[in-house]
Amino acid sequence: MIEPRILEVRTKILKKNDELARSMRRQFESLGLLVVNMVSSPGTGKTAFLKETLVRLRGRGIPVAAVVGDLETDNDARRLAESGAPVRQIMTHGLCHLEADMVQQHIADWDLAGLHYLFIENVGNLVCPTSWDLGESVRLALLSVTEGEDKPLKYPGLFNTSDIAAITKIDLAAACEFNRDVARANIEAVRPGMRIIETSVRSGAGIDEWLDYLAAKRHELA
Amino acid sequence: MHELSIAMNVVEMASEQVRQAGGGSVSRVTLRIGRLSCVHQDSLRYSFELAREGTPLAGAELRIIEVPVRVFCPTCQDEFELPGIQRFACPACGTLSADIRQGRELDLESIELSEATPS
Repeated sequence: MIEPRILEVRTKILKKNDELARSMRRQFESLGLLVVNMVSSPGTGKTAFLKETLVRLRGRGIPVAAVVGDLETDNDARRLAESGAPVRQIMTHGLCHLEADMVQQHIADWDLAGLHYLFIENVGNLVCPTSWDLGESVRLALLSVTEGEDKPLKYPGLFNTSDIAAITKIDLAAACEFNRDVARANIEAVRPGMRIIETSVRSGAGIDEWLDYLAAKRHELA
Repeated sequence: MHELSIAMNVVEMASEQVRQAGGGSVSRVTLRIGRLSCVHQDSLRYSFELAREGTPLAGAELRIIEVPVRVFCPTCQDEFELPGIQRFACPACGTLSADIRQGRELDLESIELSEATPS
């Protein structure tokens, strides 16, 4: 009878993804390309927010592109393509999150050096995307006023790994009896010090602040 | 169900360890899972049972060490353990802190390897 041997492995389970994401980030940042990973629950308005972002940046003559993860349809990709920006759909066929290699495969033939910003719209889900680094420099968590103020407390992991939060559909705040102070305090509780922008695609609120934030972040890459 | 992706990564990594060790079968896999990692343990166990089939881990027990969140308080100049993950505040002075020292773990800690061919 041979005694069982213990092999101390002590390795990150998502090591393969982490390593690929790190090398992608190095490449993106060396090209002056700011990559943003957008995470939220379904229905927060990620696609509308991203489309407005693409339209506004293109209006300023800034080269942008987007990839969008979705379980089954390409509806979001078609909506985003109306902005005129290059858009790729990543159909996950049931997988609840994007992984770094999926992003890599879908942008392989793009001239990344010619882009200033690349946006990755993750699958609408507040849990699963948390652990997967996609090589982004900025992780944006979105929360809409229709979801209620306590979402950050219910999904602290995702808010905690984000760099900035956008509260969307702020034009509907009164109708939804949304308490922005409570929402901000809840985000602060799970991610102390994180910047929060209140936005509305419909009224245009907060969009300039968001674009200024992006420009400052991209400037930091140089 | 991102736990299935995690379980498949565990099985793949552990199988590679077995190959490097010259073969054998795994009797136990130990993971360290931080409370901030957003992993549901029951889903992970269920996913592990699916992912291990037909691999050297087919008969392996899954052991999960849950790692609590520890944060550094800039006011107290000390590390503390969070009782939950809804409020990153120091239990002593109430200061909010984003300086997380522990709790994001998603690690393959060790595997227990049995003999190559049972006699």
